[in-house]
Amino acid sequence: MKIFVEGVGVLGPGLCGWQASQPVLAGTAPYVDAALVIPPNDLLPPAERRRTGPSVKIALAVGCEAVAHARRNASELPSVFASSAGEGENMQAIFETLAADAREISPTRFHNSVHNAPSGYWSIATRSMAPSISLACYDASFVAGLIEAGAQALSGEDAVVLMSYDAPYTQPVHAVRPISAGFGIALVLTANKTSRSLAELEIGINRKDGASTPITIAQLESMRLGVPAARGLPLLAALAARTRNQICLDYVAGNQVNVAVHPC
Amino acid sequence: MLLLPVLIAGEPHFGPMTVIILLKFKKLSFHSRRKNHLQHLQFTAFTLVSPLGAGTNATLSALLAGKSGLARCDFLDVDLDTYIGRINGLEDRPVRSDLAAYDCRNNRLAQLGLEQDNFAGAIEAARGRYGRERIGLFLGTSTSGILETELAYRQRHPETGALPASFNYFGSHSCYSVSDFVQQFLGLAGPSMVVSTACSSSAKVFGCAARMIEAGLCDAAVVGGVDSLCFTTLYGFNSLGLVSSRPCRPFDAERNGISIGEAAGFVLLEKATADTGTDAVMLLGVGESSDAYHMSTPHPEGLGARSAIQAALQAAGLTAGDIDYINLHGTGTKSNDAAEDQAVFSVFGSNTPCSSTKGATGHLLGAAGVTEAIISALCIQHGLMPGGLNTRTLDPALRSHYLLQNRRQKVSRVLSNSLGFGGSNCSLVLGRGSEGGGR
Repeated sequence: MKIFVEGVGVLGPGLCGWQASQPVLAGTAPYVDAALVIPPNDLLPPAERRRTGPSVKIALAVGCEAVAHARRNASELPSVFASSAGEGENMQAIFETLAADAREISPTRFHNSVHNAPSGYWSIATRSMAPSISLACYDASFVAGLIEAGAQALSGEDAVVLMSYDAPYTQPVHAVRPISAGFGIALVLTANKTSRSLAELEIGINRKDGASTPITIAQLESMRLGVPAARGLPLLAALAARTRNQICLDYVAGNQVNVAVHPC
Repeated sequence: MLLLPVLIAGEPHFGPMTVIILLKFKKLSFHSRRKNHLQHLQFTAFTLVSPLGAGTNATLSALLAGKSGLARCDFLDVDLDTYIGRINGLEDRPVRSDLAAYDCRNNRLAQLGLEQDNFAGAIEAARGRYGRERIGLFLGTSTSGILETELAYRQRHPETGALPASFNYFGSHSCYSVSDFVQQFLGLAGPSMVVSTACSSSAKVFGCAARMIEAGLCDAAVVGGVDSLCFTTLYGFNSLGLVSSRPCRPFDAERNGISIGEAAGFVLLEKATADTGTDAVMLLGVGESSDAYHMSTPHPEGLGARSAIQAALQAAGLTAGDIDYINLHGTGTKSNDAAEDQAVFSVFGSNTPCSSTKGATGHLLGAAGVTEAIISALCIQHGLMPGGLNTRTLDPALRSHYLLQNRRQKVSRVLSNSLGFGGSNCSLVLGRGSEGGGR
């Protein structure tokens, strides 16, 4: 499968957007560890914004950045949302309520509990009636999202926006599913090369025959291993380096996804 | 290469009363560039466990007899005054011992589904044809195995707050758990993921399979959906005032909410060949859209549902008049049925027979899409248009042609709607194999 990257968004501890992160990922500027800062997003009305948790905020932030980078109109783009766990914090508040005697769940918490909550808020925020899918594939959620978005782009879409994101659970679930930080990546993908294309991606699914591509910066490597969405960091590093590159991402069932990155 | 469209602009199948809506809709339409048709995929094998019973024959017999699978809620210590569609006996049917790490109600239900209708045998044969790496697996679920987490929260350590050591996140709660389990159960090793878009989840997986096959990433695909009863959905829908105290009554003037059920359904999809017979059931079209309106309330004019319906017809290369029967989402809430009726009426007028089978099965949430796709396949195979159960007085404000009695007649093409929270819409068009197979 051959597709093109037209826009990138990224957000994580010490990674504040693609423009600022590009030199860090390319190895020409040092990585400085810092707490995750989610830039304010005025797309949602204040009442809706108050109701959203970190997953929604991260997804919207990286999605907006990638769409702006691609100079596209978000309302026209089909969207793919990929996350291992969705909004864990909100889910845990529901579990606590259900374990108590009254079991009176907040209706807002309930509708925010669906895995596609970020997709719902995105479509409201961007007024997009385009198709949107939300998927999960445990630690391979970014890869599954990349494949789905690529297949959508090839199916006749002009462009598709992929948002992959995760946010940590709180205790007690954090102990059994540690996700080390809030993190998100977004890509605008197209089937055809445009004047704004950054790179061509040649994607293949193969039986696993080697280790997945690491990140040389130690802190980012632990982020890659600690957050499912951050498994996409080697792809961003390859895009940042702007050289021909071949990366390998772990997938499921003993498979890996090989991505040949050819800068445009 | 054949291309798969997802959403398209309005086609002229409207009465004069819908002109205003059409004009409004035109403004919101932006996907008219997609003109190509879906490559036809054949339902080679399918299996279903629904509140009507285990195996597709149980569901078919109940539909023919007009029998509902809903009963007064007796699920664990749930104290809501409601009816549910429960699968009995899951408590005594653990998952296969080599997959014990995945043991939870949702995966038990998945396993029960895989054991019906010789589905595992059909997959074994498909593995021989394609190789296990070339068969994709795309399943829908909304709540996965979170019942386990809900129960684990009652057993937290009094001092540390820790969950009991027996709790296994990966095998139960994880949204991907069901695909991971089914992939190993069936001995598959191709592309796999879970789609979780609330009540449209297991309709959208048909689109994923079509795209993945089209892109050459797999040669065939198992699609499906599994959703099981849990406290979050029962008490959550109750918090929204959407749970009925009676068996749900879609399209009834007095309808007051849903009845929640559980189900597992799976379909093996393969490319149509020259050998595909005219009695084969085919996936002809998939249409998807978003409401962009509200998280838990559908667009009041049904604009999102309408564009999904039109996109599915366009993908199938069909017009409204080609559809014999519509299996509605028809949940039995005031807002869903009113919005869906507007969408259906605007495209089909009041001619095309339609009904919701949720009076029989309950709302199966993440398994609703595949269950109703399989029911639609049974309707085509057996010449049935099921009358909606529990509905006594049709809401006079709804204008679609809602069936209250079963009809037995040839059914060649069915549209099935699935509409979910977050404004996620998906319509499927199924039909008979055409002479000479697919295009």
